[in-house]
Amino acid sequence: MDAHAGKHFPRPTPVSRPYWEGCREGRLLLQLCTGCNRHQFYPRILCSHCGASTLAWAQASGHGTVQSYTVVRRPVSPGYAADTPYVIALIALAEGPVMMSNVVGCAPEDVSVGMPVEVLFETWSGEITVPKFRPVTAGA
Amino acid sequence: MHPLRGAIAIVGAADTAVGIVPGMSATELCVDAALRALGDAGLRKDQVDGLITCNAMAEPCMYHAETIAEYLQIFPRYCVSAATGGGTTFAALHQAASAIMAGLCHTVLITMADSLRSGMSRDQAMKTQSSCGHPQFESPYGPTVPSLYALIARAHMAAYGTTAEQMAEVAVACRAHAALHPGAQMREPISVQDVLASRLIADPLHLLDCSLVSDGGAAVIVTSADRARDFPHAPVYLLGIGEGHSHEHISQAHSLTTSAAREAGERAYAMAGLGPSDMQFAQLYDCFTPTVLVELEDLGFCGVGESGPFVQEGHIRLGGRIPVNTHGGLLSHCHPGNPGSMFALTESVLQLRGAAGARQIQGAKVGLAHAQGGIMSSHATIILGTERN
Repeated sequence: MDAHAGKHFPRPTPVSRPYWEGCREGRLLLQLCTGCNRHQFYPRILCSHCGASTLAWAQASGHGTVQSYTVVRRPVSPGYAADTPYVIALIALAEGPVMMSNVVGCAPEDVSVGMPVEVLFETWSGEITVPKFRPVTAGA
Repeated sequence: MHPLRGAIAIVGAADTAVGIVPGMSATELCVDAALRALGDAGLRKDQVDGLITCNAMAEPCMYHAETIAEYLQIFPRYCVSAATGGGTTFAALHQAASAIMAGLCHTVLITMADSLRSGMSRDQAMKTQSSCGHPQFESPYGPTVPSLYALIARAHMAAYGTTAEQMAEVAVACRAHAALHPGAQMREPISVQDVLASRLIADPLHLLDCSLVSDGGAAVIVTSADRARDFPHAPVYLLGIGEGHSHEHISQAHSLTTSAAREAGERAYAMAGLGPSDMQFAQLYDCFTPTVLVELEDLGFCGVGESGPFVQEGHIRLGGRIPVNTHGGLLSHCHPGNPGSMFALTESVLQLRGAAGARQIQGAKVGLAHAQGGIMSSHATIILGTERN
């Protein structure tokens, strides 16, 4: 756990708590509007597509592609120094929404736009587990 | 015709010293800018009845505009601190124009300054930067401000084949213009090779793709077009203004390669009854080099995806098709944070007065300036001209 000391720990809210609890259980949950049948990220009290409040939680496939990425060469704060250089990426999830994450499990220079990735979970504390992404290996 | 078109004019404009300005706090720089603009307009401080400021990171105040009014001992009828990040300057101009037209006040002082270089400790600056991104859904991953803009750069490269060399040319052009500005912070010419050889900050952005960290302030005096005839300098009229707001966090952007600069520009052009080909200069928001590429496309100066070759062909240089950032921009003139675009505004006024010295665009009669705040989030475009009609 000390490996993550000094990082920016998210603070779950009543609305986002199911998402973070899903992460802790190794499941990537997205809000799904039962009115228009579309997913959204981040969690909200309304459907950002149709405005309805009929939101349910649905497990995402955990698959997506890299929409864009960068390699951070100078960490944002000392808590991230051990990870530097690290990849910040926008992941276009198979379900539609885009989320920010880190791409791990490969050298930063091997990341590319359009690369297929899959979710994995990094435990930071008893309460917080953070979803990250890694390249989908051939045959996986 | 839109009621704001040509309805107000800028009758005073001035910058403080910029760059590294020790010995003046952010508040004092803000007041200094105000006094200089009042002097330029030939006004006493009690002749402004509206005040718009923006907060300073180095010296934040709970009620910033009230603090500046108190310091100056002015007692405006309209007094507000604006805050849309880098877009604040032109959003403030929009508010000033609307306030004057609505009869809330007659003459507005817009003054903004910060002291990011001398007034903040390194820890304070790092702490400010470390808070970037959505606290739950971005910040945990460790993004830096440059990294968020690097996502835009990489997406543009992937979509259109834009190169790091082409982005570097934006920095090179801005520096060439700053070399002609006696007050600019960085005046030593640089080459594309210098940019590419500078330290990588967040791929593909190098150090010289990133704007400066500066002290400085600037102010303008705005009044109705009817009153504007009675000032020492010829008025510079606001012919068009438009805003566009698309997101706050980059992971929520609907596109990485285009922005709400498109809507802001369309609104400003429609109000002015003018188009990109009518513009004689464009002061674009250059916190990082790729933002200029996206804005050139969104504001119609070149086709979508064509900005890389466009800048490489020299079209944004003085003497080119559309000179960009004739003062050197945030990349080379100065960047004291949220007030950054004030210098694009005061430079535009100088160009339209024919008073821009060695960097003067001959016969400049109409030009555009664009500002954005957040991560390509909040956009405002203005079109200024020497003729009201």
